[in-house]
Formats: sequence, C-alpha cells, structure tokens
Amino acid sequence: MPKLTLDDLKKMRESSRKNLSLREGNFRGKLIVHLGTCGIAAGARGIVDTFLEQFDEMEVSDIMFATTGCAGLCSEEPMITVELGDSAPVKYGKLTPEKAIKILEEHVLGGSIVKNLALGVGSERAG
Amino acid sequence: MQDLSLHILDVVENSITAGARNIEIIVSEDAGKDLLTIEISDDGKGMDEEFVQKVLDPFITTRTERRVGLGLSLFAESARMSNGHLRIRSNKLGGTKITALFQHSHIDRRPMGDLGSTLMTLIAGNPQIDFVYRHTRDGRRFELDSKELKERLPNKSLASTEGLKLLRKELKTNLLEFLHTAWPGAHKLRDQK
Repeated sequence: MPKLTLDDLKKMRESSRKNLSLREGNFRGKLIVHLGTCGIAAGARGIVDTFLEQFDEMEVSDIMFATTGCAGLCSEEPMITVELGDSAPVKYGKLTPEKAIKILEEHVLGGSIVKNLALGVGSERAG
Repeated sequence: MQDLSLHILDVVENSITAGARNIEIIVSEDAGKDLLTIEISDDGKGMDEEFVQKVLDPFITTRTERRVGLGLSLFAESARMSNGHLRIRSNKLGGTKITALFQHSHIDRRPMGDLGSTLMTLIAGNPQIDFVYRHTRDGRRFELDSKELKERLPNKSLASTEGLKLLRKELKTNLLEFLHTAWPGAHKLRDQK
C-alpha cells in the first residue's frame, strides 16, 4: 500500500467533513431524548410528544430531534441531552413537560443553559 | 410499563440498538379467539441461541452502562399476567422476531395505550429506518409504511416540520379513527358474560 501523504489526509478530511455536514443537514444543534427502558417507564415518551408539538408550534426547523438509549443515570430519568454547535453537550434530568418547554425556550432556542435543571455538562463517556 | 404501547416502544428501541434498517410491528386483535398478538420483527444483528435462552433474565443485558436489562423481561411478565406468553426467534446471522400473546379480555391485560405516540416517537426519532405498522381488528385493517410516507415527501426527512405534520395526520388522526371506530366483536364478548 502506498504511503499516505499529508495531502491525502487533507483530502480525506475534506470528504468526510462534507459527508458529515450532508448528514447533519443545516442543523444548529441536536436535541436528544433518552429512551432506555428506564426512561420510557419514567415518562420519556411524553417528553418526546411535548418537543414534537412545540417544534410544530414554534416552527423549529434548525434543531435535529433524535432519540437514544439509557445514559446510565436511570434514577434521573426522563433525561435529555442538548448539543448546540460545537459546545459540550448538556444533560437534563427528572423532566416534566413544563421543564422540557422551559429548556427548549431558554437553552435550545435562547442559547443559555437552564442551570437549576441541568445535571451536568459533557458526555457520559467522558475521558 | 403502564401500557402495551410503551412496551412496544421499549422493545423496538432494542431493534434500533441492534442496527435494524427495517422494522415491522404487527398488532392483531381477534375477538373470536379472544387473542391479542403483538409481533415485532427486525433485520438487526440478531442474537445467538445461547443469548436467546438467557435474554428474559433481568440480569442479562448488552448494555455496559448498567448491569440489568429489564425491557424484554417486563414485556414477558405483562404477557404472562394476562394468560399469554412471549416468544423470541432470533438468528445470529441477522433478524429477530418477538411475539407476545395476550388473552384479549383478561382483566390483567394492560390497555393498548397511545400507539400513535409510540409510532410518532419511533419514526420521527429514526427517520432513516423503514417502519411498517399493521393493525388488524376482526378483519378491519390499518397500515402505515414509512417508506411510502417518505415517497410522498421527496427531499424531506420525516423528522422535518413537513414530515411531522404528515406523521401527525396519519398517526393522531387516521390511526385514532381506526382505533375508535366500533369494534364488532366487542359487544359479542360482553354479551357472553
């Protein structure tokens, strides 16, 4: 196999970056609801309902909605993770539809973390 | 889990974690046989025979975040409570099929719950996966194929604002209408008692 040159690496980086932005579309951020068994039992589906309704009502189109599994903090469910641009993901726990709307308005759309509801900043797999 | 629609959401989340691209959910209600069947099949990575034997044990899970896995065990327990059982067929080469049977009129049979919300959550949360949902009730039938919905919205994701509107119409209006229309077997069942 021929040796990789710096140019090759640069090309690879460009092509994967293009791929990534295509996949992500024109999203400003990502809103993830944790749907493990624990989350579902604690009411996570109601949180999803709330977000999808609000997305429709507020015509939010630049935030990607996604679901994922258990984050390992079952006692804090229902949980969500908010990822905006390049900033570290923020996790919120023990949600209710009211808290979810507050987070959507203040953090996801407004840009400032709702400190009294946040569990922490960073990923559960940090380090 | 409070109702069957939450069990469905939970078990389908397993399929998604197993990397499924196609997921089929079939609910059949048969008043004549007093039987409710929920069948979930996927083309995910599957389980080997040994794991299938163990999977209903709550202390078995593929997750590394915690050491207990309750989803399938809870679903099996719900089926058992209403005079039914849960069957798992899986192949290490790919594909799993979960079938849960319930005695429809059993007093401990959990209610169906909000099926529309479960499907909306699954499809909007995983627009890249193709879902087929089929619900039959004594010969009447509701069917939804997310691939067919995608074709109606070229260049748009089902998670986009337009996609969500279409999903809402199908799931919160059409499915609800199907579920709420009179069920011919229902009064017959009541009359027998």
